[in-house]
Amino acid sequence: MNTKKGISSLTYKQLAEHHTPSRTIWRNTIRAFVVGGAICLLGQFVQILFIRYAHFSISDAGNPTVAVMVLLSVIATAFGIYDRFAQWAGAGSAVPVTGFANTMAAAALEYKSEGWIGGVGGNMFKLAGPVVVYGVVSAFFVALIHYIIIHL
Amino acid sequence: MVTWTTFVWAFLVGGGICAIGQIIMDVANWTPGQVMVVLVVAGAILDGLGWYDPLIRFAGAGATVPITSFGNALVHGAMLEAHQHGWIGLISGIFEVTSAGVSAAIIFAFLAALVAKPRG
Repeated sequence: MNTKKGISSLTYKQLAEHHTPSRTIWRNTIRAFVVGGAICLLGQFVQILFIRYAHFSISDAGNPTVAVMVLLSVIATAFGIYDRFAQWAGAGSAVPVTGFANTMAAAALEYKSEGWIGGVGGNMFKLAGPVVVYGVVSAFFVALIHYIIIHL
Repeated sequence: MVTWTTFVWAFLVGGGICAIGQIIMDVANWTPGQVMVVLVVAGAILDGLGWYDPLIRFAGAGATVPITSFGNALVHGAMLEAHQHGWIGLISGIFEVTSAGVSAAIIFAFLAALVAKPRG
């Protein structure tokens, strides 16, 4: 802190901390809320179509809805739309299942140049892999605990 | 029964889950990938507590579209199969319900790589 350099770097850090967090957190959270909500709203319309025209029950309509949302997300990714708007939407585009599909399609496209097996096949789950791994492991333990409690 | 209020709740609940994800990203400085992992685990735990199904009935796609529903569906598959076939179902049933999302993502992502060029 005694040197000139120390002071300037400290004030810069303080300045940066003062300016960035609270305001951008609010802005980002509102964006994520609106975009995430809009994606779920779109999903709700798809779900209604399945319930009304394909005669799915409310609980069964979730799966085909997810498949349609995944398809829409992959198409948007292939046209380069999804990644551009993900910059703006943050978690609003990452948290819905469309974000999961986006990471897979984006990885598949990105590594196409490295070949079909090692490139596309090997990297498709590069970003989505952790979600599958921890989803399956946590689901196993949750279901195991549930099973033990029921059968005790 | 799905009424127009389901649309409102789908927006509010789905948006709320995404907002929680964004706050974790900004406050804890996590990547979207890390947030997705946490939300999947949260979904699995919520289903274990029996709280996720009521949320789906109430908020529809607001609960089924966010990635939390992936954790919920994994637990559902395991419990369903364990109920029918005993403990081995805990392993064999995990992907039972989630098949739609994962299969669709793999197939469509592959097809996208087949027909599209990478874009910046």
